Amino acid sequence: MALLETRDLTAFYGNFQALFGINLTLSEGETLAIIGANGAGKSSLLRTISGVLKSPAESILLEGMPIGHLDADEITSLGIAMIPEGRRLFPSLSVEENLEIGAYGNKQAGYWNLNNVYDLFPALTKKRNQPGTSLSGGEQQMVAMGRALMSNPRVLLCDEISLGLAPVVIKNLYEAFPEIKNSGASLIIVEQDIVQAMKVSDRVCCMMEGNITLSGTPDELSMDMIHAAYFGEEQS
Amino acid sequence: MIFLDSLIQGILLGGLYALFAAGLSLVFGIMRLVNLAHGDLIVFGAYLILLLVSLLNLNVFAAALVAAPFMFALGWMLQKFVLNRVLGDDILPPLLVTFGLSIVIQNVLLETWSADSKRLSAGTLETASLAIGPINVGIMPLLIFVSAIVVILVLNQIIYRTSLGRAFRATSDDPVTASLMGVKPKNIFSVATGLAMIVVIIAALYLGVRSNFDPSIGPARLIYAFEAVIIGGLGSLWGTLLGGIIIGVAQTIGATINPEWQILSGHIAFLLVLLVRPRGLLPRAFD
Amino acid sequence: MSYVVKVQTSASRMAAIGTAILIPVAFILPLFASRSLLQDLFFIFTMLTLAQWWNLLAGYGGLVSVGQQAFVGMGAYAMFGTVILLGWDPVPSILAGGIVALLLALPTAFFAFRLQGAYFAIGTWVIAEITRLTVAQWKQLGGGTGTSLPRSATRDIMFVDGIKALFDTKTSVARDILAYWLALILVILTIAAIYWLLRTRRGLALAAVRDNLQAARSVGVDPDKIKWLTFLAAAFGTGLTGALIYMQKARISPDAAFSVVDWTAYVIFIVVIGGIGTIEGPILGVIVFLLLQSLLASYGTWYLISLGLIGIIVMLFAPRGLWGLLSDRTGIELFPVQRRLVMNKKLSKEK
Ligand SMILES: Nc1ncnc2c1ncn2[C@@H]1O[C@H](COP(=O)(O)OP(=O)(O)OP(=O)(O)O)[C@@H](O)[C@H]1O
Ligand SMILES: [Mg+2]
Repeated sequence: MALLETRDLTAFYGNFQALFGINLTLSEGETLAIIGANGAGKSSLLRTISGVLKSPAESILLEGMPIGHLDADEITSLGIAMIPEGRRLFPSLSVEENLEIGAYGNKQAGYWNLNNVYDLFPALTKKRNQPGTSLSGGEQQMVAMGRALMSNPRVLLCDEISLGLAPVVIKNLYEAFPEIKNSGASLIIVEQDIVQAMKVSDRVCCMMEGNITLSGTPDELSMDMIHAAYFGEEQS
Repeated sequence: MIFLDSLIQGILLGGLYALFAAGLSLVFGIMRLVNLAHGDLIVFGAYLILLLVSLLNLNVFAAALVAAPFMFALGWMLQKFVLNRVLGDDILPPLLVTFGLSIVIQNVLLETWSADSKRLSAGTLETASLAIGPINVGIMPLLIFVSAIVVILVLNQIIYRTSLGRAFRATSDDPVTASLMGVKPKNIFSVATGLAMIVVIIAALYLGVRSNFDPSIGPARLIYAFEAVIIGGLGSLWGTLLGGIIIGVAQTIGATINPEWQILSGHIAFLLVLLVRPRGLLPRAFD
Repeated sequence: MSYVVKVQTSASRMAAIGTAILIPVAFILPLFASRSLLQDLFFIFTMLTLAQWWNLLAGYGGLVSVGQQAFVGMGAYAMFGTVILLGWDPVPSILAGGIVALLLALPTAFFAFRLQGAYFAIGTWVIAEITRLTVAQWKQLGGGTGTSLPRSATRDIMFVDGIKALFDTKTSVARDILAYWLALILVILTIAAIYWLLRTRRGLALAAVRDNLQAARSVGVDPDKIKWLTFLAAAFGTGLTGALIYMQKARISPDAAFSVVDWTAYVIFIVVIGGIGTIEGPILGVIVFLLLQSLLASYGTWYLISLGLIGIIVMLFAPRGLWGLLSDRTGIELFPVQRRLVMNKKLSKEK
């Protein structure tokens, strides 16, 4: 059975429909990359899975259990953590407190604790008592990743880790992924940076206007196909 | 001499106002909600203590202790079943609901207890005093001031040192992201209002011991509390104490000049601070 | 295909016709109505005026003031002041009441606008308290215990002699008729002015300011200016009403004239129960209010308890009030201010 599955998943902002029947599966240990142009609905997909946007119960299944109707905090407690777009650290919490609150809802034991997060991102150790929002963009992204890991998630949703960061910093952050995978988490990675995404993922889905238009393993997909799916051009 | 005396009385009175304000400040800090019934809830607390004193034959301090869990539950339910339903981007619904609540509480108290003024008795503590140099300071005002400091220390300890406090601050910053951490913002709000109600019962105890009270005095307490919060700067409990002290001192000094000016001087001090420091004396760095 | 912007609805046309009949009837009503009916209507009209102004502030402007009693009290005291100290006739003194309330609104707005959102509400309340305490120091007007209009002033109020001759009644009845007419004129002018304001560009801007400050700025609306204008206009109207109410009462005290329950709590409940953010709401609300009052007024506290509870329940379950429920069911709008797009073809068919 798939670890996580979506069935005909739709999402709405008021009357505006952002997702039109998304069908996805994520197996245990797998890393799935989701790519697509701005406004394709990638963040909306992650927000719906994480419970920030509501959906019918049966449209999201965790090991076969319907979870679509649950609130975000309940979904987090079931082991689905999210690194939100734009990092969204808590300004009135220090770096360490930002990490600690990541474990608020999910107290189950696992590999990740403060020490192991600091081992993963040594740069944070010295800054543990500074306000989270006083850090550089890359460091803030480390805090956001560490914060999500602190709940020892089975599924980790990553929304544009690379957003607004320099290529070396992005490369640095992506070097953490092998260890994250080793800890037993399965991942859904939303990325604009296609090269990085393809490198770490087992499978790639391309989204356009709220639909999945292409999916396959990184080896199967040529740059041309992705390009076509990205911009909706006719394939020649 | 008279001046020094009223200065000290004013500072001690400020402790009482800080107690009135601490619950208001806590709730506003976490959920941006101004509870217009806050003053009436304090008065309600004073009647509750009065009831427990006569029913269980307790002294006022023990009665407040007994009332505390009840007040927590009341606050928790008020938030869960009423206020959580109207919290949102629009400030109007929570304001109007708490305004309605204020009118209801006042009139229920009036119906059950009549308009006669009442007082809580703390026995010999009330008249005891302590000579500090040339000044005689009442034990009760001193106890109130110390209580205010303890309440603020404890609240700050909760807010800055516990996991619950982290959740308070995270929810205040960004409720949606907090929910991604497994925090249930609505539960956090309910706990916060419950906690504020425990502070309310402490404020009620000292309100009733220090002066007479009747069902109509709630709104005036709300106003003093509000002034203390604004003067201090939103979100800072020490600032709230400072604000309470400024109102208290302005009132006692105004009263020594002309007894009719007591309340007015407090309000004018508030306007003056608002004029020069619109964000209060100890504002939060970000908001 | 072309579109035109249309505001009128068929219900609003009916309402306009209804109003055109009702207003003259209301004016000649003193010919056959009983004195107590006139007094009830005076109460309805003045409360409705206060409610309309508060609704403009809170319902349209998002300025939730809990301090409107400052302007009722100030208007009333200014009216008493000009009569007692300057020897004016009470009728022009009402105008003075409005103007003084307007002047009080200047410093009030200056301070209260420094406070955001919910704190604005308590800020206005503080200023109302300050005004009450200050006026209570005004010894020539009776200080804390208050005063009455002197007999010399109430004996020959402007127009009263004329009304006496016209209706062939006692002075006291003639005074009630005069007060009734003034309240009627005031409420008509108030509703007309607010309706007009909401249909101008300024009115649209007002809603924009309430809904989204940033967006309002970006489309070139100066939110501060609109807020000031609204607040000052509401203070003027509220002050006029306060002065009129106390001309009728002829006796004033600071606690009564600056009562938060009488002039703000009641008004808020009228608007909330009737339907906030509509012109029709307060009209419906004041009728419900009067019905409740005649049912429960003898129970005093129970009356206020029920008002409070009804207000809370309405906010929880029908935040747009009774009128909101009604117009959702029926789609009726008597005072439409929303602009609706209508296809031109359809419009020409109607013609
Ligand atoms: N809060 C919102 N309210 C209304 N519409 C929204 C909201 N958030 C997103 N949308 C709309 O939903 C659609 C999908 O947005 P989404 O954020 O999911 O795209 P995305 O693929 O993550 O884009 P990006 O790469 O820019 O992050 C867009 O058309 C967007 O305008
Ligand atoms: Mg996105």
